[in-house]
Amino acid sequence: MEHALETTLTVNGQRVTRRIEPRQHLVDFLREELGLTGSHIGCEHGVCGACTIRVNGEIVRGCLMLAVQADGCTVETIEGLTDSKELAPLQKAFHERNALQCGFCTPGMLMAAQDLVRSKAKPTRDEIRAHISGNYCRCTGYQSIVDAIEETLNGQG
Amino acid sequence: MGKAELPLHAPGTKIDRGYIGESVPRPNAQRLLQGRGAFTDDLRFPRLAHVAFFRSPYAHARIKRLDFAAASRAPGIIAVLDGRAVAQYCTPWVAVLAHLKGIKSPPQHAIAIERACWQGEAVAAVVAESRSQAEDAVGLIEADWEELPVVVDMDEALSGKRVIHPDLGDNICFKRELDTGGVDEIFASADVVVEETFHFGRHTGVCLEGRAILADYNAGEHSLTVYHATQAPHMMQDIFSRHLGIPEANVRVICKDVGGSFGIKVHVYPDEMATAAISVMLRRPVKFLADRLESFLSDIHAREHKAKVRLACTKEGEILAFDLDDVTAIGPYSVYPRTSGIEGNQVVNLTGGPYKHQKYRAKMNVVFTNKNVTCQYRAVGHPIAVALTEGIVDLAAQKLGMDPAEFRRRNLIPDDAYPYTTFPSGIKFEKLSHHQTLNKLLQVMQYEKLRAEQARLRKEKIYRGIGLAAMIEVTNPSPAFYGVGGARISAQDGATLRLEPTGMVTVLCSVTEQGQGTEGIFAQIAASAVGVSMDKVKVITGDTSVTPYGGGTWASRGAGIGGEAVLQAGRALRSNVLDIAAAMLNMDKAELDIAGNAVIHKLTMQNKLELAELGRVAYFRPDTLPMNFQSELTVTRHYTPRQYGFTFTNGIQASLVEVDPETGFVRLLKHWCVEDSGTVINPMLVDEQLRGGVIQGIGAALYEECLYDAEGQLLNGNMADYLVPMASEMPDIICAHVETPTLQSQLGAKGVGEAGTAGAPGAVMNAINDALLPLNARVTAMPFTPERILKALKKVD
Repeated sequence: MEHALETTLTVNGQRVTRRIEPRQHLVDFLREELGLTGSHIGCEHGVCGACTIRVNGEIVRGCLMLAVQADGCTVETIEGLTDSKELAPLQKAFHERNALQCGFCTPGMLMAAQDLVRSKAKPTRDEIRAHISGNYCRCTGYQSIVDAIEETLNGQG
Repeated sequence: MGKAELPLHAPGTKIDRGYIGESVPRPNAQRLLQGRGAFTDDLRFPRLAHVAFFRSPYAHARIKRLDFAAASRAPGIIAVLDGRAVAQYCTPWVAVLAHLKGIKSPPQHAIAIERACWQGEAVAAVVAESRSQAEDAVGLIEADWEELPVVVDMDEALSGKRVIHPDLGDNICFKRELDTGGVDEIFASADVVVEETFHFGRHTGVCLEGRAILADYNAGEHSLTVYHATQAPHMMQDIFSRHLGIPEANVRVICKDVGGSFGIKVHVYPDEMATAAISVMLRRPVKFLADRLESFLSDIHAREHKAKVRLACTKEGEILAFDLDDVTAIGPYSVYPRTSGIEGNQVVNLTGGPYKHQKYRAKMNVVFTNKNVTCQYRAVGHPIAVALTEGIVDLAAQKLGMDPAEFRRRNLIPDDAYPYTTFPSGIKFEKLSHHQTLNKLLQVMQYEKLRAEQARLRKEKIYRGIGLAAMIEVTNPSPAFYGVGGARISAQDGATLRLEPTGMVTVLCSVTEQGQGTEGIFAQIAASAVGVSMDKVKVITGDTSVTPYGGGTWASRGAGIGGEAVLQAGRALRSNVLDIAAAMLNMDKAELDIAGNAVIHKLTMQNKLELAELGRVAYFRPDTLPMNFQSELTVTRHYTPRQYGFTFTNGIQASLVEVDPETGFVRLLKHWCVEDSGTVINPMLVDEQLRGGVIQGIGAALYEECLYDAEGQLLNGNMADYLVPMASEMPDIICAHVETPTLQSQLGAKGVGEAGTAGAPGAVMNAINDALLPLNARVTAMPFTPERILKALKKVD
């Protein structure tokens, strides 16, 4: 840890300060140092989207950002957005439509979907598909996920 | 009766079917939606050590020297181990089955000793306090290698010019021939003969969660607890017990949440066995996770077949015979314990599946190569058999100038021909519904309208294609699949149901949850059978110390076999509850039923006794019950399908595509799947299973292939280069059902997990070739990349 850098960030509303090795990915930091295991690791090269989290209001790949780069940042994860109830409408729609099977992609998928919900856009089904096309799901046929997002968007008026 | 032994309760009441057939959301999905799942990597243990593997960079090489000096001195290192060191704790295995006559494979060790036979085979293990420290030290291992000749091509392997395992004599793992006789005569005299050779790319499962194992050996009691992302906990309990020398009862396999499996996580992996052995050796918990690059190199691959098929028919369009020659390459070892001979064997069994021809000949060779191993992945053999059958069927229809739907209608086994015992490969069908599914498909997809639209668009040089693929599918396998061959893989499953004092029902079942909704449908079945609401049911799976013994999740068996065990246990529990109620109420048991969490009067539907009150008395005041009465509120039932080797199902899929002849791109416009999986327990879950399966089949048809060079190096082993279906390319998929319950069980459910993957590649292939027909082009090698389509169009070399 001789090269560790003191890093302070706000995670799900809580300020945390840790000495962090420069090479540690943000998602590894969240999982290993903070025990926030809801963000999953599927590929570690930025393709699958399972580690999608929100940093300063934008969704990012937790495996493509170093933890030390988050110094001074606000980080939000599936745990935080669940507790704040921000994800509740999407979670309800995903549940009712079975828009998940194994659930490994689901936290990242919800983070990506919520990005669309927050944009207040009125996307078409194809645009919803395009928005989540960086999030890999091997179990569902994506259709129920698109249905659930569409329903949530329609429900928000 | 339509639903076998359903209804569950008094006929005519509102509760006669309970939750069976209802699209109920899965109770266990809530924690996953909140990021509160417990995948193996989410578990935290004191003194946990992490293992990383040094893997062969060569496809075939002798290990001359391994130097661990620098690696051993690296920070955080606990141990650096070679194959011999791990072999002290883990015996090798040979993956053969007695009923696959003549199958052979060399002994395989947890970590290779002396020789590596594929790029990515583990040759050393580094154990450290953290995974990153272990990976750092892997980079410090020095190795001297002597490269050996590499066999990557299946024809070269078959020729035997270079033999990978000299002790075996040749490169043939397994071969099978089947001949009804009379095939040559039919082909010599038939009006029409068509022939085609189809190539199926090697691909893999790409579970989003990599393989994961955490083994925790307790030296004090010589016990091993393994947290394992697996589909078959009891099978793994047996394997760990026998190969690590620990009594079976001292091995506990716990399967928490699993991030996708699809057959990938039902096999014995050398690096996972090594992890368990190292836990025993070091007497502490040890974890291994396959990262994405390791997954591509070491998760089982599948398919890689080259199949020549011929079809003979009359000019009226009656299919007379199929003739098949299939070769499949499986890597250097048959995979333990299911073997790598099963997929080819299934292709022989299933080819020509939906049709009523009586003559058939098949030849099939399974050969060793120096690539990663292949084994059973979702729909095992079906995508090959369906695509080559349906591809050659379309070619015959085309040659006859007959509509492909009409050609199928003339040849599908009639719906009143069951039980059907004269299928030429010897498999037997209890009851299928090919004509009903075909009719429903044509109606749902508006086939005639689509054909008219296709013809109109062709004039505008828009090339759309419609492809059909009828199929049969193995589900609910009996012990004929593995057990008869000597594999300690259970074909039976068990369920225990317990009424808790508050009137809740706990279900313990040996079938595991991989996300397909097992626990959800078991809750539906248990609630329905007992007569309680679903919120009163708690389902526990995936723990060998807790559940009854059983096979787990594979071969589309969970709902049909595990579900039946739950149903029978539920009915038995209801009967036992009513015994208590009759004693408490001093009424005749026959007058009583259970509904809405209470004992009711069967005729008046009047509430007589809350189950919570019954539970209170049975557990805490049994002194108030008659002197000789003992309540039994825990019951266990098991179920084994026996009457048929497999409970076959059937279905048919259709694909609508548009091919751009300038770019070679295929756009999927729509896909349909009509499936007969017997009793549908939860339509929403079944449809999403079908859709997910279809998407995996589309991946095989259009995108996915593990590409190797001539040296046996995997060229695209990462998620950026190995393409998988993503949301934006996928079409909406329309599902419909015909329900023909199996009469072998009271539940009547057949399997559905593999149906989508079985049929989609053939349907997409036929749709592409239908689109290319006016351009006089044809493709037969999956995946159908733009490059291959442009080559077929002679637009590129």
